[in-house]
Amino acid sequence: MRPSESLREVYGKKLLELGGLHNDIVVLDADLSSSTRTSDFGKKYPGRFFNMGISEQSMVTAAAGLALAGKKPFVSTFAVFLMRTYEQIRQSVCYNNIDVKFVVTHAGITVGEDGATHQIIEDVGIMSGLPNMRVIVPADSIETASVIDYLVKKTKTPYYVRLSREKFPVVNDDDYQFTEGKNTVLKDGTDLTIFCNGSMVGLSLQAAAQLKEQAIDAAVVNVSSIKPIDREGIIQYGKRTGHVVTAEEHSIYNGLGSRVAEVLSEEYPVPVVRVGMKDTFGKSGKSWELFDYFHMGVKDIVSAGIRSFREVNKYETIS
Amino acid sequence: MVENQEKQDDRKGLDNETLRKISQRARSLIIKMVYSARSGHPGGSLSIIDILTELYFNEMNIDPTDQNLASRDRLVMSKGHASPALYSILALRGYFPQELLMDFRKINSKLEGHVHKGVPGVETSTGSLGQGLGIGVGMALASKIDNNPYRVFVILGDGEIEEGNIWESLMAGSKYRLNNLVAILDKNGVQLDGFTRDIMPMERLKDRIDSFGWATYEFNGHDFSEIRKAMDFARGIKDKPVFLIAKTVKGKGVSYMENNSKYHGSPPANEEEYEQALKEIDAA
Repeated sequence: MRPSESLREVYGKKLLELGGLHNDIVVLDADLSSSTRTSDFGKKYPGRFFNMGISEQSMVTAAAGLALAGKKPFVSTFAVFLMRTYEQIRQSVCYNNIDVKFVVTHAGITVGEDGATHQIIEDVGIMSGLPNMRVIVPADSIETASVIDYLVKKTKTPYYVRLSREKFPVVNDDDYQFTEGKNTVLKDGTDLTIFCNGSMVGLSLQAAAQLKEQAIDAAVVNVSSIKPIDREGIIQYGKRTGHVVTAEEHSIYNGLGSRVAEVLSEEYPVPVVRVGMKDTFGKSGKSWELFDYFHMGVKDIVSAGIRSFREVNKYETIS
Repeated sequence: MVENQEKQDDRKGLDNETLRKISQRARSLIIKMVYSARSGHPGGSLSIIDILTELYFNEMNIDPTDQNLASRDRLVMSKGHASPALYSILALRGYFPQELLMDFRKINSKLEGHVHKGVPGVETSTGSLGQGLGIGVGMALASKIDNNPYRVFVILGDGEIEEGNIWESLMAGSKYRLNNLVAILDKNGVQLDGFTRDIMPMERLKDRIDSFGWATYEFNGHDFSEIRKAMDFARGIKDKPVFLIAKTVKGKGVSYMENNSKYHGSPPANEEEYEQALKEIDAA
């Protein structure tokens, strides 16, 4: 797998490109524009870029006002700091159901050395709970570019797009196009399905290769669209493989693992083993060290796969 | 950023007596709405209603028959619990039939308990305090980007400005020199738990706002001549946002509600109180 361009780099470039074509795009940041990469847009289109200072509540409410007056605001900061404006997002953006896009960076534990204060692992759950909000976790640079295109050209409602700081391998084909509410099967398999997203997609593909050596044929399915979620796609692979692992750079509560388990338990119960943060804060370290430390590395996905595969399907008699 | 073109003085020029009669009718509707709903916020509605009357009947460039006009002035009722005031003034101004007011807060009614965007004439939903000034900043920025010289009015409560979001947005309004943005503070001195001076004192408020880079002006929010002078002041400021501080009386016009935090969020308690409120309003 070749290395991906950094996702925030791609975000910055797409904003520049689309900003020239769509005059209604405005961008807001909270003193992190050189990290989120919205700064290049700011240099090229200073009249449509607003650095609101370290004032996230002001940023989100101003974005709501801009959207109410017909603009298409992109709001960026580190994922963890946007969360302090949960209620502004709830009341002023989601309840109004207006065209505000939150594209946040530095999500998850791969922020690395900055440590637990900056490693948000509960944001997908927080944002998914909001009516009218849609939540996307892209896996690589190709998907990130496609998602931003989609948001600009096809949507008029609130979205939360979660980007990481680290570069991850390219997992999608060059001509890949994001489809909301649709999973992507990156590797097919018959024995086990690994539902994953974001940084965990590359790791899951490696895990699938190792599982093959143990005679377990694992499918790897990218669930970048967390909300709306691809219920049919999940049920189809639950039925096809009968055993499931989920892998996410997020708490196993209220994120991908919860959503997949919820769909399967309602429609087609099969054994599900979740890989992710287990109700704990992160810590400082290098990203690859942290994946191992928190049991979210390739070997952990492999052992989760073996556990799920060997689990007798307790619900078989029902189906 | 392109400066807005000079706004013409396009006010309707209604006289004080006409406005007083409108706000009297609105006061009566406020009481009827909260009594019919057996819930709601009369105190802060009665304190802001005279200012809203001036804004909707004289000051603002609006057209109830063309509610999406791009050049219309915008009003954000940041203190969204004063929905009875805003809804009644919108109905009187012709945005929707007055009969709908009596369905306030009831199932199958568009008139949500707190200000709701689905109601004709409402620009944004509000109800969680502290967010409307930021929304106003965003709208005012959009006006600048589009060089479309509409004005944005934001109604704030004095309890509400205890929210940190307000002070963040004051900084932003000043940074972008939003001379098309007018905040109006309904300084009635009472919030849910009691007197504002006890809950969270805010001495030298005018100085504080001045120091944030806004043009400030204090006036009596129940005297139409004074209200108009405040609006004149706002029109005269060309280089910064405006913050008007209206000295008002919570529950104004109903003796037992005046300066009484009990009626921040409670309707008349019984038929007797209800009749007394309407009688006092009619006699004023």
